[in-house]
Amino acid sequence: MTEFTSGTLTGKNLHLSFGHNHVLRGIDLHVEKGTTASVIGPSGSGKSTLLRVMNRLIEPDQGDILLDGRSVLKDNPDELRQRIGMVFQQFNLFPHKTVVENVSLALRKLRKLPKDRAHAEALEQLDLVGLKHKADVRPANLSGGQMQRVAIARALAMKPEVMFFDEATSALDPELVKGVLALMTDLAKGGMTMVVVTHEMGFSRNVSDTVTFMDAGVVVESGPPEQIFTAPSTDRLKGFLSDVL
Amino acid sequence: MDLLQQLGDTFLNWEEMAKVIPSLLMVGLPNTLILAVASGILGSLLGLLLALMGISRNPAARWAARIYTDLFRGLPAILVILVIGIGLSPIARELTGSRNPYPLGILALTLIAGAYIGEIFRSGIQSVEKGQLEASRALGFSYGNSMRLVVVPQGIRRVLPALVNQFISLLKDSSLVFMLGLASSDREIFRIGNDAMANTGNLSPLVAAGILYLILTVPLTHFVNFIDNRLRTGRPEKKEPDELAAPIGKGAQA
Repeated sequence: MTEFTSGTLTGKNLHLSFGHNHVLRGIDLHVEKGTTASVIGPSGSGKSTLLRVMNRLIEPDQGDILLDGRSVLKDNPDELRQRIGMVFQQFNLFPHKTVVENVSLALRKLRKLPKDRAHAEALEQLDLVGLKHKADVRPANLSGGQMQRVAIARALAMKPEVMFFDEATSALDPELVKGVLALMTDLAKGGMTMVVVTHEMGFSRNVSDTVTFMDAGVVVESGPPEQIFTAPSTDRLKGFLSDVL
Repeated sequence: MDLLQQLGDTFLNWEEMAKVIPSLLMVGLPNTLILAVASGILGSLLGLLLALMGISRNPAARWAARIYTDLFRGLPAILVILVIGIGLSPIARELTGSRNPYPLGILALTLIAGAYIGEIFRSGIQSVEKGQLEASRALGFSYGNSMRLVVVPQGIRRVLPALVNQFISLLKDSSLVFMLGLASSDREIFRIGNDAMANTGNLSPLVAAGILYLILTVPLTHFVNFIDNRLRTGRPEKKEPDELAAPIGKGAQA
């Protein structure tokens, strides 16, 4: 089984406003090394923004982010993001590069690997997601599910300590969701630390170690999946679950 | 019948054309190409710089690019060529020791082309989805590297047709450099046709020059259509359905 050098990630009292719009209102999220935290909630609740704040694509107004117990807010944000892989709803593969170049680009330019080493490592990552045979085609010639698996390989190639998934299956046709979820399940079981923003309640319930329910920029409830899904204690979570299940 | 013959003789006098063709090809063609290619390359570099300034987060850079573009897009090409070519010629003579107006002609054409090409590049770069920059930054690339490796190459690819159109226009505008006064060996296509016309009173040399311009520009026009199509439809390659039950991840098997 693939071994990951995972880290523990903690967000403390994170606040973010866009003008008068207070998007995050003091979020706490703790993801223990090697575990999977899923974040659920209605759209507009700040879930995707929380991910972007925790890898500092957007700088928080207030609060702290800790990786393995050490604050990373003073670090170079580019170096921090090399330690946190991210997978997007819209895949965001680079269309002007081949599949294998998508995966090897950061290895060459950031890890400074020689071209052939980077290529070989990228092929290895593609093999892990079952797409080595697509190495030389352009992303436009892949199905959505294949694109997302390439995007996962691209993020994994940097050997991140944490993986973020931002509604990774929301843009996929229903029949393609299964393959991507299976891959994510695999990573979770392999010991990767993961934060998964998702509308897939089945994944949240069966794969994640903790579930965090967000609404209107606050964490309303969090706990192990059995508790969240079978014994919700707030009306807001009860209402949300009855809407989506 | 007389009238037709007269018209034919005015425009399509083969003898007059044949006389001018050698110098059109040996002198005019290389000179036109030097003017157009040099200012095309320099104009593209200037345009890229202007485009990056135009989308920069620094308001001073944005304003500078804006003012520059308004200025050089808003003036007639012939005015810019005359003002630069004549106004700066004492300085150019001092620096290079030569009276050749080409460096200044290329400079003027570059300044004009840069303004147009800058706008072309800017629209291309801004049309690249925000997610591309985000994905690149999420991998750990800096803003500069993300632009250089991911966003700008895609933006430029999208505007290649518009860029080639700009080159066509530049190729034609290069004829305006004749206003600066050219030594016999420095003449470009238009000037050679024009001189021959003035000497003989027959328009055929100019028609020959026009044909030579068309030989250069028409293939470029069709090249635009070709890449435009190619960019829109992509290479014909079949999509395969996702292998649903493909073995996913080696972890599961271990």
